[in-house]
Amino acid sequence: MKKIKVLGPGCKKCQTAYNNAMEAVRQVDVEADVIKIDDIEEMIKYNVLATPVLIIDEEEKVAGRVPQVKEIKELLIAQ
Amino acid sequence: MFEWTQNFADWIVYSVLKIEAETAVGSALNFFIYDTIKILILLFLIVFIMGIVNAYFPVDRLRDFLTNKKLYGLEYFFAALFGAITPFCSCSSVPLFIGFVRGGIPLGVTFAFLITSPLVNEIALAMFLGMFGVKATLIYAGSGILLGTVGGFVLGKMNLGHLLTEWVRNILENAQKVSEEFEQKKLSFFQRLPSITREAWQIVNGVLVYILIGIGIGAFMYGYVPENFFETYLGGGDWWTVPAAVVLAVPMYANAAAIVPVIEVFVIKGVPLGTAIAFMMATIGLSLPEATLLKKVMTWRLIAIFFGVVTVFIIFSGYIFNILL
Repeated sequence: MKKIKVLGPGCKKCQTAYNNAMEAVRQVDVEADVIKIDDIEEMIKYNVLATPVLIIDEEEKVAGRVPQVKEIKELLIAQ
Repeated sequence: MFEWTQNFADWIVYSVLKIEAETAVGSALNFFIYDTIKILILLFLIVFIMGIVNAYFPVDRLRDFLTNKKLYGLEYFFAALFGAITPFCSCSSVPLFIGFVRGGIPLGVTFAFLITSPLVNEIALAMFLGMFGVKATLIYAGSGILLGTVGGFVLGKMNLGHLLTEWVRNILENAQKVSEEFEQKKLSFFQRLPSITREAWQIVNGVLVYILIGIGIGAFMYGYVPENFFETYLGGGDWWTVPAAVVLAVPMYANAAAIVPVIEVFVIKGVPLGTAIAFMMATIGLSLPEATLLKKVMTWRLIAIFFGVVTVFIIFSGYIFNILL
């Protein structure tokens, strides 16, 4: 079971990142939990600078831009 | 470079649609078509170039540069410059603020970044280039960076640390210097090109509707508002118009994409360029939504000081523009 976290305070970019993560999980046959973290205090714990941030199993994969569905799929399969 | 767009707009409006050039509809529509095509091309190009720059200088690396290098006072300038070249949506401002201050970057330097970042952005740059030409664009970008440098320096000298919210002060007290290396995948330029292109396309796509609205309003005013309307009714170049325009614009928020086409028409109809630029800077650089976001890290008093200092500098730069342009 993978844990995917999308960090972002809730702007449009962060919402898109979250939707892309959900879509990626739906498309690949990997069991994963997708959590959206919009609390700033929680976000700070991850040393975030620019949002949105994509974290898979506590490892920062993408920061400061919206990851594409295809990209997230590759990250999920690669692990 | 863009003569062909004008020819195309002329051809569509006067030959295909057979609307007379002298009518308000004709000139508004012509303006709309010409501006839209030109702006979209420039916007894509600039966003694309910025994308390349950012692939090589991610914000983490810029922060490490500011933290680790001895810059002898130039750190304000660099922070402002980095603010100008990094695109980030306003909702990143709080994490960025904390990340900078926690990394050991002084408050004033962080402010320099925070001031310039929304003030000079790639969308406004592209639209300026398309509408006012190279000279005005350079003055706009240069003064935005200068404003951040000086503003950050002044705010830094005011010792405002105690006006941060308690939450941030706690974080700072417990902070150990974080400078973990951000693992960037090493990709060659050509491997990166597709994703940079795609992102540039997404950004242009994302602001397209605002640009169309902005150019639409601009085109309407262009066609229907009489020449020198603003000069006659809004005081034109009187000394008080600059502060009035800025103070009016601070609480407002509009996307750069929507505001630039409108100020272009202001200028065509007789508002001095400096006043118009100051108005735009106040609109995109300072806003109520931004103040609300910053509330998490700053007390109201600090937000007021921050906004006040930046407002004063924008007014100054408005006067300077009016003299230079």
